[in-house]
Amino acid sequence: MLPSAEPRAPGRAEVPAVELRHIVKRFPGVVANRDVNLAVQRGSIHAVIGENGAGKSTLMKMLYGMQRPDSGTILVDGAEVSFRSPNDAIAAGVGMVHQHFMLADNLTVLENVILGREPRRFGMIDRSAARRRIAELGATYGLPVAPDALVEDLGVGQRQRVEILKVLYRGARILILDEPTAVLVPQEVDELFANLSELKREGITIIFISHKLDEVLALADDITVIRAGTTVATADPRTATTRDLAELMVGSELPTPETRDSTVTTDVQVRVNGLTCRSAHGRPLLDDVSFTIHRGEIVGIAGVEGNGQTELIEALMGLRDPDAGTIELGGVDVTRWSTRRRREAGLGYVPEDRQRHGLLLDAPLWENEMLGHQSQPPNVKGPWIDGGGARQRTEEIVERFDVRTPNIDVTANALSGGNQQKLIIGRELMAEPQAMVAAHPTRGVDVGAQAAIWDQLRAARSTGLATLLVSADLQELIGLSDALLVVFEGRVVARLDPSTATPQQLGSYMTRGDARDAGPAA
Amino acid sequence: MLLLAAPLLAVAVAVAASALVLLATGNSPSKVFWVMAVKGTKTEAVVSMLNRAGPYYISGVAVAIGFKMNLFNIGVEGQYRLAALLAAAAGAAVTLPAPLHVLVILLVAMATGALWAVIPGLLKATRGVSEVISTIMLNAVAGGVTALLLEQYLKAPQEQGGYTVGTRPIGASGRFPSLNAAIAHLGIHLPAANRLQAYIFVAVAVGVAYHLLVWRTRFGFDLRASGSNPSAAEASGVDAKRMIVAAMAISGAFAGLVGLSQVLSEAGRYTSDTVIGGLGFTGIAVALLGRNHPLGIALGALLWAFMDAVQTPLANEGLPKQITAIMQGLIVLSVVVAYEVVRRTAARREASELRRAMPAPEVVRA
Repeated sequence: MLPSAEPRAPGRAEVPAVELRHIVKRFPGVVANRDVNLAVQRGSIHAVIGENGAGKSTLMKMLYGMQRPDSGTILVDGAEVSFRSPNDAIAAGVGMVHQHFMLADNLTVLENVILGREPRRFGMIDRSAARRRIAELGATYGLPVAPDALVEDLGVGQRQRVEILKVLYRGARILILDEPTAVLVPQEVDELFANLSELKREGITIIFISHKLDEVLALADDITVIRAGTTVATADPRTATTRDLAELMVGSELPTPETRDSTVTTDVQVRVNGLTCRSAHGRPLLDDVSFTIHRGEIVGIAGVEGNGQTELIEALMGLRDPDAGTIELGGVDVTRWSTRRRREAGLGYVPEDRQRHGLLLDAPLWENEMLGHQSQPPNVKGPWIDGGGARQRTEEIVERFDVRTPNIDVTANALSGGNQQKLIIGRELMAEPQAMVAAHPTRGVDVGAQAAIWDQLRAARSTGLATLLVSADLQELIGLSDALLVVFEGRVVARLDPSTATPQQLGSYMTRGDARDAGPAA
Repeated sequence: MLLLAAPLLAVAVAVAASALVLLATGNSPSKVFWVMAVKGTKTEAVVSMLNRAGPYYISGVAVAIGFKMNLFNIGVEGQYRLAALLAAAAGAAVTLPAPLHVLVILLVAMATGALWAVIPGLLKATRGVSEVISTIMLNAVAGGVTALLLEQYLKAPQEQGGYTVGTRPIGASGRFPSLNAAIAHLGIHLPAANRLQAYIFVAVAVGVAYHLLVWRTRFGFDLRASGSNPSAAEASGVDAKRMIVAAMAISGAFAGLVGLSQVLSEAGRYTSDTVIGGLGFTGIAVALLGRNHPLGIALGALLWAFMDAVQTPLANEGLPKQITAIMQGLIVLSVVVAYEVVRRTAARREASELRRAMPAPEVVRA
């Protein structure tokens, strides 16, 4: 175990460029960050690593003024600051390069860089001054760009360079890069790293968010690990190994699955064979994925987010047409079926983002109960809505699934996240599905609701439900799953037994797609 | 509570702003409002209001169906003009027993409106063309097509006399009687020149159909879900593209009925006087006023029609009748603003209630 979260002051007396002390940020029902401590030395590259959902993004949004902490202090160059907007952050010299670029495609590089901060002369944009300044910045920091090129003609790596230049142009001395390598090909990664080293030499401080451990070790001067919303450790990249870091990210011990009788039968309920989805540019998002789920089985999908989970869920639900492969439900090929037909055939769905994909926030609870089942009894009679039937079903759900609500006519908005989720789980399970896709079923819900939802999923499993569980919560995955698949870059890279899998294995497979120096697979 | 606050606030603001306009132009607000209140409630004005409100209501419903799923059907204008022409021509071409004859005319109008509205629906579903753009363009096309069809194929021989170009008249079996005889039984005697048209019943039927379709059927649930949260609707099994086409078709079918009020009454034919322009755009304002609610739209249509109906009394008193158009505009503006203000207030209130109900979780210090 490495020393934990105290700022690494010894040996460097200098005031840190950025310091966060005891930061807490809550959202309704969840704590996104608690007791976060971070000290970033001036002129260094500081990596912040952690799983998706660990709280990195919220933390960086606070540092960049997009959100305000509920308590705790932020210090820039030793002085306490309180950013109300990104403008305040920029004025204090803090700039952010977002993962998804914020560039206007139809403008030139020069226009994008100066947008909002145009140098003026006699009320007109002073293009020659802008050009001089951009050339100057490019030369100082080793970031050559063609100022008159249209952004839409640039490659991803070049666009990122423009983003960095844009932030430097605004006078930033501290750069936050949010997963900058996620969108780059390896050669572009090398260029980016060269650029970042150059920036460091010129005295720029860089905060680098990532979950790619090899990159972090290659580039960073310091590493801070975030897990479950809090900073759990700092590590020295000169001595730490990817294995140490993986363990810090996922926790030192994996929860032991509770002993229980297996309810897995030999009937195959879901069979996915060679499922492949490509992006518009032909990049594989889902690459030859095959697995089966038996009646009474929960199959867990582990992986850092963005490695094909969303595409897998969408393909299973009929929301995305696969480029190859088949999906069978109860022995019937449903690959070409519409979402409604699949649902009517008994495929339940707990979406990963309940508010965006699972609820009508401004509609009453009983109408939300109908959603996804609006073509089946008790919600309809022929072409007509059966309000009575739907309301009765909703009352049953509220009762059985302990949805805390004054009545079933309040809008879904009025419920807390946990209760919204219990309503969704309830409506899906009450419809007695044959198979169910459950994506992050307890994300952002409180501990009590989480335990209740887990019990409900186990109960459904014991009555024969075949469940695909996609989650970022290892406790959930290991506690519920009968089998565990690890996805990395759209492929299934490992099939593990949850009772014997080690944190090192999981960490390595999830972050690198293989298990080098993590011991043999189970 | 808040539900009623918005429209009342809006009307109050509109009245106040109109008073300022009147003062600024050297007119007496009290006199204008007095004439509106007194002359506007006289039988003649009320009959005129009801006759106008029917088409406004149907037009409002046609627009509202689109609004329910975030489709902006600006094409009601073109849809009803083309539909009225073809329905009038079809009605003149056949002779059938009375109820059937009227029904055929209504169905031809609905089918024409639906088909014309399906064009932008298909364009949006298959090619992603904004329905706002395509319906505006198709309004222009519909205007041209209507004039061309009338001039080339459907024009009545000039035996009608005068310069009015129109279709041949529909037989008596294809027309609604006026309601004057019916309400005479209630003790209200209207002068013969002041006919209360039976088309108001079509508007009522449209309102009932709208309510049942949108709030009581599976289809309506899918429609509202698509408007409320498109991605959740899709995840629930709604076929988004089919929904766009279906919603446009139904919107267009209702739009087809907008222009038949005069065609099905004593005029009995399509002319530029019996099927006036602009009802489709009024429908947008009326749907906004009524917040897409069947009864709200009715109130909006009546308010709009009232403003039209008081123009004559105002002119007779030597007062500026243009003030009614100004007030109509001001009411729509203030309604839109008022609903937004109320929505934000409600959202803020809900958020603060949420904060109160959810105490900050304990912070665990290591």
